[in-house]
This record gives sequence, structure tokens and C-alpha cells, in this order.
Amino acid sequence: MISALSPSGSIRQRLVLILLVVAAVLAGLLYLSVRTVADAAVETTQDAILGAATVAIAEELRGGDDGLTVEIPYAAFSMLGATGQDRVFYRILVGDETVTGYADLPVPESVSGLSPTFVSQTYQGVDVRTGVVSRAVLVDGVSRVVTVVVAQTRTAQDAISRQMANRAAALGLGFFAFAAILSIFTARSVLTPLNRLAEAMGRRGPQDLRPVERAVPTELVPLMRALNGFIARLRGALTRTETFITEAAHHVRTPLATVRAQAEIALRQTDDDATRATLRNVIRAVDDSARSAGQLLDHATVVYRTDQRADERLELGPLVFDVVDSFYPTADMRDITLRMDAPAEKIVLQFDRLLIESALRNLIDNAVKYSFADGIVEINLSTQGAFARLEVNDRGRGIGAGDTALLAGRFQRGDNVQDVIGSGLGLTIVRDVARAIGGSFEIAERTGGGTCATLLLPLA
Amino acid sequence: MRHVIAAIGLTLWAGCVQAYEIEEEAVFAGGAAELSILSTTDTEAFAPLITAFQAANPDVTLRYTVANSQEVYAALQEGAAFDLAISSAMDLQLKLANDGFAQGHGSAETAALPGWAKWRDQLFAFAQEPVVIIASRVAFDGAPPRTRAELIDKLRDAPDQFAGRIGTYDPVRSGAGYLFATQDARQSDTSWRLAEVVGGLDPQLFTTSGDMIAGVQSGELALAYNVLGSYATARLAEGDAVVIEAVDFTHVLLRTALIPRTAERADLGAAFLDFLLSEDGQRLIESETGLPRINEAALAAGPHLRPIRLDPGLLVFVDPLMRQQFLNEWTAAVVQD
Repeated sequence: MISALSPSGSIRQRLVLILLVVAAVLAGLLYLSVRTVADAAVETTQDAILGAATVAIAEELRGGDDGLTVEIPYAAFSMLGATGQDRVFYRILVGDETVTGYADLPVPESVSGLSPTFVSQTYQGVDVRTGVVSRAVLVDGVSRVVTVVVAQTRTAQDAISRQMANRAAALGLGFFAFAAILSIFTARSVLTPLNRLAEAMGRRGPQDLRPVERAVPTELVPLMRALNGFIARLRGALTRTETFITEAAHHVRTPLATVRAQAEIALRQTDDDATRATLRNVIRAVDDSARSAGQLLDHATVVYRTDQRADERLELGPLVFDVVDSFYPTADMRDITLRMDAPAEKIVLQFDRLLIESALRNLIDNAVKYSFADGIVEINLSTQGAFARLEVNDRGRGIGAGDTALLAGRFQRGDNVQDVIGSGLGLTIVRDVARAIGGSFEIAERTGGGTCATLLLPLA
Repeated sequence: MRHVIAAIGLTLWAGCVQAYEIEEEAVFAGGAAELSILSTTDTEAFAPLITAFQAANPDVTLRYTVANSQEVYAALQEGAAFDLAISSAMDLQLKLANDGFAQGHGSAETAALPGWAKWRDQLFAFAQEPVVIIASRVAFDGAPPRTRAELIDKLRDAPDQFAGRIGTYDPVRSGAGYLFATQDARQSDTSWRLAEVVGGLDPQLFTTSGDMIAGVQSGELALAYNVLGSYATARLAEGDAVVIEAVDFTHVLLRTALIPRTAERADLGAAFLDFLLSEDGQRLIESETGLPRINEAALAAGPHLRPIRLDPGLLVFVDPLMRQQFLNEWTAAVVQD
């Protein structure tokens, strides 16, 4: 039953996968945001220094009657070396005319006033961050716009950014690793109630049809309700089946027994040979019907009990002996000798007693039924490796030329037994029991006539 | 390098083809590979280093060209093809590196340099020299000044004794002298006062430290201000002159080297640079040339020592406008005729 279920994926794997994807996305976002913030912070810091240097130069520009005085403060450039070893370019203009510095340094648009404007641009083939400040200076009595441009390469900034990026990456990876471990634990923890429930259900014995009373998480309550409803219905159905089997046995066997008793009484009271023959036929038919009904019920019981087994330790020797014993009256009627041979040591099985009994009964019944009068039925019990071997040999009519495997099929009978009344269920019961216990059943033609039925049952 | 000189030794010539002037050029013959170095350091001082380098690299012929620091700067700006440029003018060297005339170089030797002794993996210092005062003991009555303030007092007290007997660099003609003067000016106001006082005493202006040291030794000068100490200590072991590292502050000049962008054999330039920075090279620099090796501990031991920092601040006084203004002011203070 269980092996027939093919799982459609694992909740745990799916949960872990989803959590990992979420963690990866979050780690990525974390990396990006840390980088963005760090880059912005680094740039702001660098700009502040660049701005301070630019403003310092602009503030030292003085107008006057004899032209513009440029006094570049030593500290203005020196401070640009504070964060790294970046190249520095500068240009000071009055109007559009370059007073000093790098005459080809591009001048970005700037807002007038002493707060610097920053632009990233390219100069001499390298990326530079440029600060620009414009202010009005009175030169020769005329107000002129003086522009100070200071540019700095971005080596230090890039180096800090790279370092930040590495740290952000490490942070992201660390976050991901932490989240991965956490997600595995989470999945395990979330699935614990489910696993416990599955374990508890698996541990239940086959007879245990009590409703599940465990406390389960809210999400599992509907499942539990459905399961308990199902168990209740199953229990009802099984109870009904059991009742039906018992009732049927009772209802079929009791009237038959009454009919048989009445027929026997009538047989004893009449002297008319024709009537006696008829009554004997009636008794035989009733016997056969009772047996067939018994076999049908046996089969039903076997089918029912293979799902609802009550295994116990069984000693096979005495069990076989008891069953054989019960056939002596029947065998005596036809002068059939039952011979049983069992070893001295105990042969122990772990199985349902009723099922084994049922199989043995049908096996021996078959042998007795198809034996000729005055025949011998030999029952040999032995061990063969890990199996108990029960051989039932008769010198009956054998099984004919038909397929021996087909004989064990339900309602299948041999071609040569049309004159003997039978249901065709006996060997089916034997085979079903053998299958349920994990053993095997074979039936073969004996040399010299008769049948050899071999039942192998695993030892406990 | 349009002229090939096969002779070993010194050849004095005035550059007539290049726009820049050189002072001397020496060829140290070796193998087929030619390494050309443009330097402000005398051939004589550098010869032991070159010999040692060639002992390790026998296949290298080394052309050593000496020029003053402004000419070294001009040569590289014109795109002259040298494999290594060595100069004492840190500001000009930094300007070259800043403006993209140098190429980067990284090796175990450069990595071992302290951070203050290199810039952008393009400019490397291989010697550190204090900028000192050399004074005649006799002229100061056996009590030479320890600070600039003391010096100013002594000069004011006895102007007759010092008139015409003070020597210092001419910042107009000497790159190193300009660097010292500008660094003095930015360091303290005392230096302007000193300049005024010195200016009143009819100073003599020089272009080399050697001439000033010789002047003090001969008694012609009572005082030489802003002299490269390494030259001084080597020559003044005995005699009247005394080397003073002013305790208010004493600048330390870094002699730097860079591999020009135009280098034809940058690999050889880098090899020579690595040799200068290597343990062997540093030991030879100290023992053979008399230049102090790069030594962080020595700087830490002397709190008055102020290494001139390799940072963009050096660019300020290279600005032509700033240079002109500074020289005008300096000339007004010192040359008072």
C-alpha cells in the first residue's frame, strides 16, 4: 500500500528552497544598499574635502587696483592628500581668461556663490571629481567673476569604495549563510508536528482504529478531522464486515445442520431403499454445501484478516497435529489413512493463528477430498533454510494436465474433478495465506499418481 | 640622446641640441642594454652605486646625465627619453608625477618603503637629508645659535661681524633653494624675519651647498643657511665650522626618483630604482655617497626633524604665479639694494 505512493516532492525541500531564494534576494538587496549608502558617504566625504580646498583658494583671491592677487593656501592642496595619493589639477579664471593652473581643465557650470558645485568628468584620460566655485571680485574697480576649479583623481575614493564593496559582499554572504542555516532549522521546526504525526500514525498497529487524539497545529486540524472521520468510517465498515461474516456463517451453517440432522433422522426411520438413497444424496449435498459455505467464509476471513492480522508466536507442530486430528472422522468414513511426520525440534512462526489454521485446514481437506478410498495422505513437516516446509502428499487423482498455477486462482478447479463437489476456493486460501506471510505455495503431480502440495512458511 | 659618447669618465659640455641644459654626462660601459639616468646628484657621488649596480648587471651600459633640478624638470616635460629621473627638488618631481609624466612601479623594495617616502607608486625617496645651518664657531664666539630666533638675535647684535659673510641658496636659480625657501616661509613667520635680517647683511647667493660649505671652511662665510647637511657632515669633521640642526624646526629633504613615462627601458630604470631602495643599495648610499638612507627611526628620534611631505601641497609653489609672487617677496626681503 505504502510503496504505491509516489511522493510529489518534499515540503521541506520546497520550504528550504523558497527561504533560500528569499535570503538570496535579501542578501543581494543588502549588498546593493550597503554599497549605495557607502559610495554616497565616501563621495560626500571626498566632496567635502575637495569643496573645502576649492573654497579656501577662492577666499584667498583678492581684487585690487593692480589686478587680481592669487594666494593658493598650502593647506588647500595639502588637505587633498589627506585621504589618499590622488593627483590634483586646478584652474583659476577671471571671466573666461585663465589666470593660472591647467589651462585645458574643463570648467563645469557652477552656481555663483561660495558653496562649491561638484561634477565628475574626465581630464587627461582619467576620471576626476571636480569642485568649482565662482565669486565676484573687484578688479581695477570692475566687478569680475572669478572661477576656481579644483579636480582630483578618484583613486582613493575608488579604493575605499572597493573596500566597502568587499565588506558589503562579505556582509551579504554572511547574511545569506546565516539565513540558509536558519531556513533549514525553520523547515525542520515547522515540519516537526507533521513528522511526529506521521511517525505516530506509522507506529499504530493494524488493529488500532481509535481516532487520533494528538494536539496538532491549527493548520493540521482539518486533515486530522478528515482522517478521524475516515478512520471512523473504516472502523464501521470493518465492524460491519466482521458482523456480516459471523452472521453469514451462522445463518448458512445452522439451517444446513438442521437439514442434515432431519435427513439423518429420516434416513434412520425409513426402510425404503430408494428413499434412503435419496436421503444419502441429500446428506452428501448438504455436507458439500456446508463445506463450500465454510470455504467461502474462510476465504472472506482470510481476505479480511490479512489486512487486520493479529500476529503471535505459533508453534507449527502442534497446530498441524490439531488440524490433522480434526480430519480423522472424515478420513475414517472413507478408510483414508492420515500419516503425520514432524521433527522433534520446535518450529516457530510469527503469524496470525486463524490464517495458518485456515490454510492448513484447506490444504488437508483438499488432499482428503481428492484421495481414493483406502488411500494414504502423508503430512510431512520439516525445515528448509529459513522456512518451515509442510508437504501434503496424496495418492488421489492428481491435478491433471492443466496449469498448476491457475489452480490456485479463485473459483478455478481442475479439469478432472467435475464429479467432486467443490467451490474452487481451497487452494486460493492457501495461496493467499502463503503470500501474506511471505512464503510460497506449490502444487505438483506426484510420480506414481497423486498430488504433492508444498507450503513454505518463513520461520520467526 | 642624440650624442653618443663612448669614453668613460666625465665629459663637460653645454647642451646645444636639447632645450634643456645638462652639466655633465658620463657613460659607464657595460653590455648592449643601455640605461640612461637623468640626475641632479654629482656623478662622483653616484659612481660607487653605479659600479655596484653594474657588478650585478654586467650587460647594462649606464649613461648618467647630470643637470640641475629645473633642467631635469624641463627635460621630462619636453619628453626627453630617460629611464630614471633623480632629483632633490621634491616639488618639481611631484609636479611631474601629478601631471602624468611618471609611470607606476611596484616591487618588494617599493612596498617596503614607508608611506611618507613614496607617492602614488610613481615617486620614491631613496635618501633623506636634513637642511641645516653651518656656522663658524669663531664668528659666534663659540656659542652658535640653536634656533632661528637665536640666530636673528645674534645677527642683530653684531651686524658688522656678519655683513657680507652670510651665504644662502639663490631660489631663483636653484630648485632646491626655492624649495627650502618656500618650505621655510610656510613653516613659520620667523623665516621672513630672518630673511629681512639676512637681507640687511648683504648676503651672498649660491646655487650649490658645496660652494657654501667651502665658503665657511675658508672663513669667507661666517654662516651658511639652508645647506644640505649630508655634504656638510662629511666635510666638516674637523675645523672651525659647526653643523646646526635648528631645534625649532629642521626640514628633511627627500631625494626622489621616478621612471619617466617616456622611458625606453623602463625595466632597467625600475631595476636601478629597486637597487637604490634595496638593503645593499641603501647601505652603499650611506657609506659611499654620504647621503643618509631612508630611516624612519632617525626621524622619530629627532622631534625637530620635519620631512617635507610628498603631498599635493608641494604643487602650490610650483604654480608660476605663486612662484613669481614668492620670488618677488623674497627678493624684496633679501636683496635690498
